[in-house]
Amino acid sequence: MSIEVKVPQLPESVADATLVAWHKKAGDAVRRDENLVDLETDKVVLEVPAPADGVLKEITVGEGGIVSSGQVLALLEPGAQAAAAAEPAKAEAGAKAEAAPKAEAAPSAAPDRAAAEARPRSGDGQQKMGPAVRKLVEEHDIDPSAIEGSGREGRITKGDVLQYIERQRGGLEDDTETAPAAPLAREAPAAAGRGEHRVPMSRLRARIAERLVDAQRTAAMLTTFNEVDMSAVIELRSRYQEQFTARHGVKLGFMSFFAKACIEALREFPLLNASIDGSEIVYHEYFDIGIAVSTDRGLIVPVLRNAERMSFADVERSIRDFGERARSGSIGMEELTGGTFTITNGGIFGSLLSTPIINPPQSGILGMHKIEERPVAIGGRVEVRPMMYVALTYDHRIVDGREAVQFLVRVKEQVEDPARLVLAV
Amino acid sequence: MNDKRYDVVVIGAGPAGYPAAIRAAQLGLSAACIDDWQNADGSRTFGGTCLNVGCIPSKALLESSELYHRVHTEFAAHGIKVDGVALDLNAMLERKRGIVKQLTSGIEQLFKGAGVTPIKGRGKLLAGNRVEVTLPGGEKQVLEAKHVVLATGSTPIELKVAPFDGKRIVDSSGALEFTEVPRRLGVIGAGVIGLELGSVWRRLGAEVVSLEALDAFLPAVDQQIANEALRQFKRQGLDIRLGAKVQGASVRGDVVEVRYEAAGAVQTLEVDKLIVCVGRRPVTDGLLGEGTGVELDQRGFIKVDQQCRTAAKNVWAVGDVVRGPMLAHKGTEEGVMVAELAAGHYAEVNYGAVPSVIYTAPEIAWVGKTEAEVKASGRPYKVGTFPFSVNGRAKALQQAYGLAKVIADREHDEILGVHIAGPFAGELIAEAVLAIEFQASAEDLQRTMHAHPTLSEALHEAALAADKHAIHALNR
Repeated sequence: MSIEVKVPQLPESVADATLVAWHKKAGDAVRRDENLVDLETDKVVLEVPAPADGVLKEITVGEGGIVSSGQVLALLEPGAQAAAAAEPAKAEAGAKAEAAPKAEAAPSAAPDRAAAEARPRSGDGQQKMGPAVRKLVEEHDIDPSAIEGSGREGRITKGDVLQYIERQRGGLEDDTETAPAAPLAREAPAAAGRGEHRVPMSRLRARIAERLVDAQRTAAMLTTFNEVDMSAVIELRSRYQEQFTARHGVKLGFMSFFAKACIEALREFPLLNASIDGSEIVYHEYFDIGIAVSTDRGLIVPVLRNAERMSFADVERSIRDFGERARSGSIGMEELTGGTFTITNGGIFGSLLSTPIINPPQSGILGMHKIEERPVAIGGRVEVRPMMYVALTYDHRIVDGREAVQFLVRVKEQVEDPARLVLAV
Repeated sequence: MNDKRYDVVVIGAGPAGYPAAIRAAQLGLSAACIDDWQNADGSRTFGGTCLNVGCIPSKALLESSELYHRVHTEFAAHGIKVDGVALDLNAMLERKRGIVKQLTSGIEQLFKGAGVTPIKGRGKLLAGNRVEVTLPGGEKQVLEAKHVVLATGSTPIELKVAPFDGKRIVDSSGALEFTEVPRRLGVIGAGVIGLELGSVWRRLGAEVVSLEALDAFLPAVDQQIANEALRQFKRQGLDIRLGAKVQGASVRGDVVEVRYEAAGAVQTLEVDKLIVCVGRRPVTDGLLGEGTGVELDQRGFIKVDQQCRTAAKNVWAVGDVVRGPMLAHKGTEEGVMVAELAAGHYAEVNYGAVPSVIYTAPEIAWVGKTEAEVKASGRPYKVGTFPFSVNGRAKALQQAYGLAKVIADREHDEILGVHIAGPFAGELIAEAVLAIEFQASAEDLQRTMHAHPTLSEALHEAALAADKHAIHALNR
């Protein structure tokens, strides 16, 4: 039963896209998440990954074709198969944690492109290469984008490639972007007990790394901490879980409490819901809360639009829906863009305390952690309470310490006493 | 046209000046182009040396004379029997004049179309970027200019020991106007111009003796190529004497007596006409007024930087009047470059990719470095050559002589120089110029398809030969 490979949901205000390049042809074996084709819109270049392992049966739109959301591009015959040449090591693939419109974005998980890229595409249109260079990169399985061209307009000359190969051989350059041919992981000659192996970064991983470093460089990030006594919320949940689930068709989690608490706190401290644009501070009069969701491919942050209008059930339902669709790779790109504030939860992995990194251009991110029973002092006595550390990383360029601390206190107050959420006090 | 102001005033309408003016106008600048070229018949035309008495007329005569020559020497091989071939020299010269006329008036059309103000008169640069124009009638006018481009070109060097008399001892211009084919022709200087002119008259029946002062033949050309060409020239009956230093030449009645020293001994030569072409010198007489700030170098060229700026602000100089090979296309690209720079864009000339052509038979063309230059640089290199003798097209053209040569870097394969002596070398070299512009490797040439049967395959095979795997040759 053939699977249709379709054009993903295009970003808002984009009517259509141009099919720039096919990376596989009919009859090729493909692996799930391998990039099949590049589509170009005014805003971004989208990669369309294979939805499953199989063989690309039929391509229905050729290069240069104009396509719209949902259009069928090709048919895929699913099924396991012999690995195509040099399959990569465990995919570093993750959907982008956040896709800003100007970055190259994948609609959902972008596959590890190390090996897929290792087969250069001379028809790419991105690298102009003469015949000698084309032959060399093909022969040595080099990604031409890894080579700095010394020729006219940055073109790669044969000499550039030869030097690159020399350097790789000599191991002088720790170029983890591309691996020469065959097995992805290069085994260094292992002296007893001192082996190491190198895995090239996927393009996605490299891009994420770049953005994170960028965020750190741009924003003046500080993190302030507090702790929340979760007993009230836990009690609420156990009391009303059955009714809630029956009534709304979704379980009541912790996230909705925190989301609502954050929204209230953001109303009071709007700078945390703002962003810097050049020399202006942009105050957003709506609350698009990004909720970090973990999938087997990595972390994505879909956004709850106008979360201030959502009920507990709405929030929980959206989060669950995001989770499901993220896992199946069907989250649209515009669901991952924007966002005025983010909540992340490292606790589900067991983190007790951490310092999250802001998603630019936002100015704040709340980190939730593991709920752990701890002895705390209450009214002069020691009691065991389920405690959660919370962390707020904020951009000190526009948010002062006092605001950040007070914001976190407000969040804490509301979660510790959920009646405040109802009454907005 | 009184005290008019222009964005760009170009002095000289030769192949460096007129493109500068046209390009400036294309870029929206107001441009004027001044030229005082006057022909022997008094007519005033644009195009400078190149169009009027240089590139164009010489190529016209080279073609006509070559055909005349081939009727006699080659047609029989084609199975074409020809009787009673006669030369109408006047008609040949008329054809040449006709072509020159068409092209020079073409420049007038181009100026008109581009909106360049053409001025026939003598230009002189004054301080403050003003240009004084002396019109043919004698009246003077002053133009104000934001930018001035000096493109006054060059003129044949006169030998004191063999001064021009305009009849028997002539320069290259005069050599294009002989009213009859000299019985014996002497040529002082076996450089590009001397070889071309000598070839023309040799083909038309003159006995030609070339006296070259240097011991080396065409020293600027890759010696392997130069030697091949010399072999061919000798076969054509050109008597080229190297190491022959002319001591004096004098007209005695109907003949010219030439005294020269060769191999330690003094020799004499009697010819009917003597062409002196020992080089050209830049023309700056009367060009620079007081306090312009423009400097000359010790050889008389206008000093400029890599982008043709003189020492004076917004004064540029291009073409034969500045350093570099005296080639029309080099002047043209410099002219275009300064127009673009004056208009605020970025422009440069790649002096490493300037092609040279000698329009003899075989044609000689080259771009990049000679083998001697590469060797002197110490850079390890490899060479591939391929003879036209086994090239199908050359054989069909009955011109299967000469060779193509490719020099490339041994390690990185970058093409360093391409040299060709053979049919249409001047056309074939264009591919090599492009290759060098793109820093292509010999392998790039190898892997580029060349049509069959064409002369360009010789270049292809020469590239293959550099790596010792030419298909149509035994690679040793």
